[in-house]
Amino acid sequence: MTTTQVTPTPPTTAKPVTQLGDRIFAGSAKGAGILILVVLAGVAAFLLSEALPAIVAPADELPGDQGLMVYIWPLLFGTLLSAFLALVIATPLAVCVALFISHYAPRRLAQGLGYLVDLLAAVPSIVYGLWGAWTLAPASVGLTTWLNDYLGWIPLFAGPVSTTGRTMLVAGLVLAVMILPIITAVAREVFLQTPKLHEEAALALGATRWEMIRMAVIPFGRSGVISGAMLGLGRALGETMAVAIVLSVSGAVTFNLISSGNPSTIAANIALQFPESSGLAVNTLIASGLVLFVVTLAVNMLARYIVNRRREFSGAN
Amino acid sequence: MSTGTERTDIDTTSLEAPATSTPDVPRVQGTLPRWAPWGLLAGAAVVVGAILAVTGFSVGLWVFLTAVLFALATYVISRMVEGARRATDRLVTVIVSAAFLVAMIPLISVIWTVVSNGIARFDVAFFTNSMRGVVGEGGGAYHAIVGTLIITGLAAVMSIPIGVLTAIFLVEYGRGRLSRAITFFVDVMTGIPSIVAGLFAYALFALILGPGVRMGFAGAVALTVLMIPIVVRSTEEMLKIVPNELREASYALGVPKWRTILKVVIPTTAGGIATGITLAIARVIGETAPLLVAVGITTGVNLNPFDDRMATLPVFSYYSYVAPGIPREPFLDRAWTAALVLMIIVMLLNVVARIISRAFAPKTR
Repeated sequence: MTTTQVTPTPPTTAKPVTQLGDRIFAGSAKGAGILILVVLAGVAAFLLSEALPAIVAPADELPGDQGLMVYIWPLLFGTLLSAFLALVIATPLAVCVALFISHYAPRRLAQGLGYLVDLLAAVPSIVYGLWGAWTLAPASVGLTTWLNDYLGWIPLFAGPVSTTGRTMLVAGLVLAVMILPIITAVAREVFLQTPKLHEEAALALGATRWEMIRMAVIPFGRSGVISGAMLGLGRALGETMAVAIVLSVSGAVTFNLISSGNPSTIAANIALQFPESSGLAVNTLIASGLVLFVVTLAVNMLARYIVNRRREFSGAN
Repeated sequence: MSTGTERTDIDTTSLEAPATSTPDVPRVQGTLPRWAPWGLLAGAAVVVGAILAVTGFSVGLWVFLTAVLFALATYVISRMVEGARRATDRLVTVIVSAAFLVAMIPLISVIWTVVSNGIARFDVAFFTNSMRGVVGEGGGAYHAIVGTLIITGLAAVMSIPIGVLTAIFLVEYGRGRLSRAITFFVDVMTGIPSIVAGLFAYALFALILGPGVRMGFAGAVALTVLMIPIVVRSTEEMLKIVPNELREASYALGVPKWRTILKVVIPTTAGGIATGITLAIARVIGETAPLLVAVGITTGVNLNPFDDRMATLPVFSYYSYVAPGIPREPFLDRAWTAALVLMIIVMLLNVVARIISRAFAPKTR
């Protein structure tokens, strides 16, 4: 009893009388936190040490015989192209879906519909890959032929049309489906956080539902949508299996979305090449993985920066 | 400023509208009947159907053109009867609802594709046989199911204590620079691509055991890297919603902090933490890329995660699909059934998570 009367007297920031159990518990909690930092440092360090042989090796010993940059550049291009394509397709759709769940769907259904969208996020990526190659790719041939016939003057749809449908466009669509639930979840959260008073004020002034959303909800949720899109972009950049299965690869650097000659992506290339590689080829693949790591890291940090900046200003949370 | 002008704009139109509605200017204040959207939708479907019946019918084109015609007709008719603002509102409603339906297409299509293709080999042999010595028909994924369970189990055993303890540190002890650094790097970790996690595990064990190493434990390490941030995030969220009054009441009774956490805070939110952990397991159990890199594939049962390659469901499905044997059909069937089993496991885990969160909903309110 005496100890408990002593502890409250100093201000809360001062160290209270510590028991052994307290010290062990606090220590292990702290240790776990530090372990995470060590693991992350380890990820960077081990990747770097395994990538180093490829970075310092002479150009003609690497796969492709022309040096690391020449090897990685088409892959990086493919990664960015497919992820960007997915982002362009998924973001508007995700905003609409989030608005539907937060402001349009009947209240009683809204939560259930939210679960349905979350189910999309639960499907394993290998399943998306199989679905993309088996169902979506053949189904896309009609669309790509039409695009080539009528919009062929746009370089994106220049053709010649792939007969299997295993094109960059389909890879982008599959990625879009995969990142849709991520963007939707973030957007839905911020839309639901819109101050009720703002919405009611807009409606009381005679605004229609859309005008209310445009004036109250969208301005409030804009940065949330942007950060959600960035998180989705990070996911799309690193997605492996779906692209590896769907895309038919030639290594060409082209913006043509509907032909059968496509640049691969870094992640898909690793998945396809790694099991059969040995020696310096493995180091090269790990070096490309390092590049992917850096790119996704940058994208994710940007997303977090936007989220945190918003948190400070908006007063939400 | 801009919102200010908008407001006056809206005010004037809605105020002036009744005043200017002289009989010969039927411009505003009409309202479409409640059945109008459904009537228009049916009308659009019939019209498009009739046109397509002449030119050649296809379901996809029919649905698409119906949606376009419906949106256009709604806008035009509403604009004539109700005015431009209501018309825009109706148009946006149509677009937003259509977007939701579009988002549902892949979900239904994925489930349909996997179930219809996977049901053929969804039999007892699939769950009891391995692929050792199988060249064509028959065989199963017993070895892959066991491998998936072992590797995911190992990953869970490693990441749950680390993740939960870190969350406790962040919520209960976390002040200052260290906790801010951990929060930041957990966020960074959330974004690590799964294949990079696999490369990390490979690089780690290649440095220790020499190049070319493949083993189940390496896959578990890769999955741990992916799982920890999910566990930390969800546990953190759960610990944060425990009301501070509970902690203060416990301190007031003289209970030390660690016992307060163990006996008051965690039991209050155990259901939420368990839900988060279940969802985290569901997330990593379907990961393919890290296992492809770090574990590889084999045809027989391997129960030792520290020795040699192991088969896992996603990798088994992948190889069966992209590198089938000579009669292709049995391999493709097995690939689809493996995907189906994987999806059932993930869905079950999600259902279990919902049940847990329902059953142990916070008793504080």
